[in-house]
Amino acid sequence: MNVVIIKYNAGNIRSVIFALERIGIKATVSDDPQVIKAADKVIFPGVGEASSAMLYLKEKGLDKVICSLQQPTLGICLGMQLLCSHSEENDVDCLGLIPQKVKKFPASAGKVPQIGWNDISGLKSPIFANIPEHSYVYFVHGYYAAYGANTIATTTYGLEYSAALQKDNFFAVQFHPEKSGDVGQKILENFLSL
Amino acid sequence: MPLTKRIIPCLDIKDGQTVKGINFVNIQAVGDPVELGSRYAQMGADELVFLDITATHEKRKTFAELVTRIAQHINIPFTVGGGISSVDDVSVLLNAGADKISVNSAAVRNPQLINDLAKQFGSQCVVLAVDTKFVNGEWIVFLNGGRIPTEVRTYEWVKRAVDLGAGEILLTSMDHDGTKAGFAVELTRMVSESVSVPVIASGGAGNMDHFVDVFEQGKADAALAASLFHYGEIELPDLKGYLRSKGVEVRI
Repeated sequence: MNVVIIKYNAGNIRSVIFALERIGIKATVSDDPQVIKAADKVIFPGVGEASSAMLYLKEKGLDKVICSLQQPTLGICLGMQLLCSHSEENDVDCLGLIPQKVKKFPASAGKVPQIGWNDISGLKSPIFANIPEHSYVYFVHGYYAAYGANTIATTTYGLEYSAALQKDNFFAVQFHPEKSGDVGQKILENFLSL
Repeated sequence: MPLTKRIIPCLDIKDGQTVKGINFVNIQAVGDPVELGSRYAQMGADELVFLDITATHEKRKTFAELVTRIAQHINIPFTVGGGISSVDDVSVLLNAGADKISVNSAAVRNPQLINDLAKQFGSQCVVLAVDTKFVNGEWIVFLNGGRIPTEVRTYEWVKRAVDLGAGEILLTSMDHDGTKAGFAVELTRMVSESVSVPVIASGGAGNMDHFVDVFEQGKADAALAASLFHYGEIELPDLKGYLRSKGVEVRI
């Protein structure tokens, strides 16, 4: 299987590469539009800041490439937020593939960023096949996508919000499957077998 | 259910091997870091910390190679620290596959480092490690693995560090470390309530009730221990089961 990880100025790509290696997949890391478009599966990872990531994607023309993808594509963490329509993180318009706004956690939610293992429920997507309700996954984030029509999993940190979203071929998870132990590994395997 | 409290085994690394210092002095080898880390991950550790305890004084290239091996084999997050003094040091370790880095002495000497790291890599991967000791009625920050006292007050330092961009505080009471008499609960609570970021309590764990105390009374977000786990005095699944039975939310 030809899996391509989109290379851009956000971190954490190596963790995703290693997680895929653990399940026997040698992924290609690329910012070449042709290579990305030719992939069977695309992974759009990310740890970083939304506005500078969007600026970089636009400079490289990767925004249009991502919007043109037809194959199953998985956004992770910042990657998920960038697939949404807008982020409050430096008030930036994002790719708009999933009609959802990304907001900053209110101070009442708890310590920000949320760091650690939280449980996911209301699982409704093939990427959660054989994942039990209330499984724990690892989150590190200060911004969240609210619950909405595209929500395929929820979690609670002061308020209930989207732990995962899906629209058409775009799948997105706020948590880090590549760091979420055996549960995360299973979610990656499920995505790759779509 | 809310965010769970984290249990973090800490592996002190010297010359590529895991060791545990008692009061930072007597050092005894306890095994291969990747093997030990994998075992902890399988047993339910929520994160791992690898501290290169001699990095301030010795060369560290082998440590970066070890970090890559850890990232390849272990599927939970891990922090690395020890002797980090520049943006370049951090860049090497994050590129090697670390999720977070911890800074300690260098940040006290040059607080701007925290700001530089947060800007370049994001606060989420910048852990401020503080070694502290109660001296003349005050908690004071110590440097270089607890060898050098400063005049910096711990409460003031952690607040300033968070303002500069630290995303998490790893708080070690040198008075408690190695004693197995319990965590510095009051210190942990004061720090946890004074900053907006998670606090990892470290030093002094001797039994399972100590963890309950530091989470419930100490308001810690995570608790770190080393020799207890290395010597099998407490097994992770037992600890987590006990915490849950006491009403502490943990991942099982």
